[in-house]
Amino acid sequence: MSEEVSLSDYQYPTEPTWCPGCGDFAILRSVKASLTDLGLAPHESLIVSGIGCGSKLPHYMNVNGFHSVHGRPVAVATGAKMANPDMNVVVTAGDGDSYGIGGNHFLHACRRNIGITQIVEDNRVYGLTKGQYSPTSHQGFVTKTSPEGAIEPPVRPVPTALTSGATFIARTFSGSVKEMTKILAKAMDHEGYALVDVLQPCVTFNPGRSYDFYNDLVYELDDDYDPTDRKAAEEKAKEWGDRIPLGVIYEEDRPTYEEQVPALSEGPIVNRSLDPEERSGVDLEELKREFI
Amino acid sequence: MIKNDMTILIGGDAGQGIQSTGNGFIQSLTRAGLFPFGRQDYRSRIRGGHNFFEIRVSGEQIYTHTDGVDLLVALTEDSVGKHLDEIVPGGGVLYDENFDLDSGTFEGRDVQPFPVPFTSIATDEGGAKVMANTAAIGAVAGLTGFDISYINRIVEENFAVKGDSVVENNVQVAEAGKKYAESKGYEFDYDLSPLPGKPDRMVIDGNQAFALGALTGGCNFISAYPMTPSTSILEWLTKHSAELDIVIKQPESELAAINMAIGAGHVGARSLVTTSGGGFSLMVESLGLAGMTETPIVIAEVQRPGPSTGLPTRTGQGDLSSVVFASQGDSPRLVLAPATIEEAFQAGKRAFDLAEKYQLPVVVLSDQHLADSIRAVPPEEFDTSVDIDRGELLSAEDLEDLEGDYLRHEFTESGVSPRAVPGNKKAVYKTTGNEHDERGDITEDPDLRTRMMDKRMKKVDKALESEFSGPLLYGPETADITFIGWGSTYGAVREAVDRLNEGGTKASFYHFDEIWPLEAGEIKDLLESSRRTLLVENNYSGQLASLITRETGAETPDRILKYDGRPFTPEMILAEVRDLEEVE
Repeated sequence: MSEEVSLSDYQYPTEPTWCPGCGDFAILRSVKASLTDLGLAPHESLIVSGIGCGSKLPHYMNVNGFHSVHGRPVAVATGAKMANPDMNVVVTAGDGDSYGIGGNHFLHACRRNIGITQIVEDNRVYGLTKGQYSPTSHQGFVTKTSPEGAIEPPVRPVPTALTSGATFIARTFSGSVKEMTKILAKAMDHEGYALVDVLQPCVTFNPGRSYDFYNDLVYELDDDYDPTDRKAAEEKAKEWGDRIPLGVIYEEDRPTYEEQVPALSEGPIVNRSLDPEERSGVDLEELKREFI
Repeated sequence: MIKNDMTILIGGDAGQGIQSTGNGFIQSLTRAGLFPFGRQDYRSRIRGGHNFFEIRVSGEQIYTHTDGVDLLVALTEDSVGKHLDEIVPGGGVLYDENFDLDSGTFEGRDVQPFPVPFTSIATDEGGAKVMANTAAIGAVAGLTGFDISYINRIVEENFAVKGDSVVENNVQVAEAGKKYAESKGYEFDYDLSPLPGKPDRMVIDGNQAFALGALTGGCNFISAYPMTPSTSILEWLTKHSAELDIVIKQPESELAAINMAIGAGHVGARSLVTTSGGGFSLMVESLGLAGMTETPIVIAEVQRPGPSTGLPTRTGQGDLSSVVFASQGDSPRLVLAPATIEEAFQAGKRAFDLAEKYQLPVVVLSDQHLADSIRAVPPEEFDTSVDIDRGELLSAEDLEDLEGDYLRHEFTESGVSPRAVPGNKKAVYKTTGNEHDERGDITEDPDLRTRMMDKRMKKVDKALESEFSGPLLYGPETADITFIGWGSTYGAVREAVDRLNEGGTKASFYHFDEIWPLEAGEIKDLLESSRRTLLVENNYSGQLASLITRETGAETPDRILKYDGRPFTPEMILAEVRDLEEVE
């Protein structure tokens, strides 16, 4: 951790290309604020993104960014974390990226408990391709590719993460930057995999899921709610529709993947010698004897 | 008496220990100073179904199997029928005398039946039927005069973990098999005599040699999804990962595998992905991502015949075009193609330096025949002295002296931009699969786009100029017949060349251990100056031939192609040569 970090350290000159009113602006603000609050300097994090409006996020702040391909940021982030567990590795990607094309990586990241934070900019529509239904779109959603209304029920990220073994699951709303910032900081602080599903209005292509729409439904979980109580979390995870709970829904202490990898017991592999003999003390000439 | 020159084929069902028996016998032959070449033929199933292991043994180094079997060791009735036609005149069949063979099985053939009761020897002497294969190998020693102490020693070493009684039982069974065969007074015109006094040699296959090379080359991260015939690379490195501190991940898919390798490579690991053609096809989008973001990764693509699932356990060279060209848009990569077990090691050792020096993906293209074939190789062929070259990688000290902003994709003369790994205060940067500027920010500027494409592709030219040395020659510089090939066809072609030269036809052989970029000028001269040039490939369309024509304009009309999933033998190549010469 660096001594003094301020929000301005994260300023970057590139102007976002998002629509005015896009929920991504608030997410960007919260990502920067939460990193600042954690005292992390820009060089200490790597933000990996996929493809979509929200995946452009690392381009709009001063941070190490890897803007990968659609569906794969969790895999890229997992590789980076395993090679350098000292790095704060964060994924920012949309709902199509995270729950559609990248759904398999999401499921396995949950059970793997790899120490990355997956922030899903969940606007429940494909925005960058200009308005098609997404994996989290509501049934009946009329789009250019669902003129009669979307047929499938939506993916339910929170219960899915819970049954898949995630050790930190939160939902937040881009209409409340302050709460979101706290949640993001907690998620990044969590040892192990953390999912933050961010309800994010797309004012252009999903106007039905607007700030007003969510404001009527969302509520913050109060202090009485214990996210470490799995039974309670299972109940809370089901809640969706007339009322949508926001906050940390589930939290559990479980060894992370990377701390169980024998090769990482002496620190990040990237900080150690590439020479296998120097690194491990094994004599390669001796190793050859297994073939003799 | 034929001395130290024969092919033994052990046939049986999957699950009968054909592979371990074959491997053990090869170890014994190696210890005895002989030169074995072993290859497996197996199917995509766990139990049942015919498998075989073929061992050719010689008094000098050999690189290939050949047509014709001198001794068939049949562990099932099925094996007799399946291989009888392959047995050379004067050859023999060692089989369990309790097999229910048709009375006329050997009638009218110049083949000697050697019935030995493997199963009852195994049960009587060892107490278990599974040792029938050991009885059979003992009988092979009895028939060929091979010193059984070499077999017993390997049995002792290989079975030591299973306890003394297993060792003792197996040794007794081997001895009993030998004695039985001897007691029958079978006359068999082959002799396997030790050639003692040789220094220790390694018994190693192509995948293991590649893995050892990768390790020596500094590989410290592997993410791989199991896929035949690549899997044993992952398995061997995994076996040693804890003692050697290598991060190993078997992830949820090939898509995850390559992207994890990219993530690890981006932060400074030397990452490896192992797969076969199907997995490679899934990875293609991210191959481009590595090219675009200039992330070093190494992909070992161990071919099997496609398309689709194809022949999962068999051999082929049908992925050359795929690994050279697969991409949306022109995307940089280097492709190495080892031909021998020694070259597999070298490719593994070299690939990681190339990937880091040129900041791009390097594909090492191998195939099942190379992957699974084993030979005795002197240890000095595998130079484990470590000499890592990370190219223009910026150290913390370099970055301390950096003035101004760090530009990850800076335009340079060579196309290679000095690279910092994320984590340093002086080099906070982005990169992206989108077209980008020097800083790594997205751009749509036509001029920048053109310069960035030029920069990335220039690295490939630079690698060709600085690293690649063109095809390797075997045989005389000028010849009447010049073969051109790549990969595991090497052994068969090399021996065909030897036999042609022995027979008075001047023959030579060029093989490409570096496939892409292709050294064009030299090949063009070669094609234009040879009387007859023959391209030998294990694929349908002659993919190297097409690549050569594409790069040089030189025609390559004469091609020897085989795409039945089986490797070439020297005899097959010589037969093709005869056919071609007759046509003229």
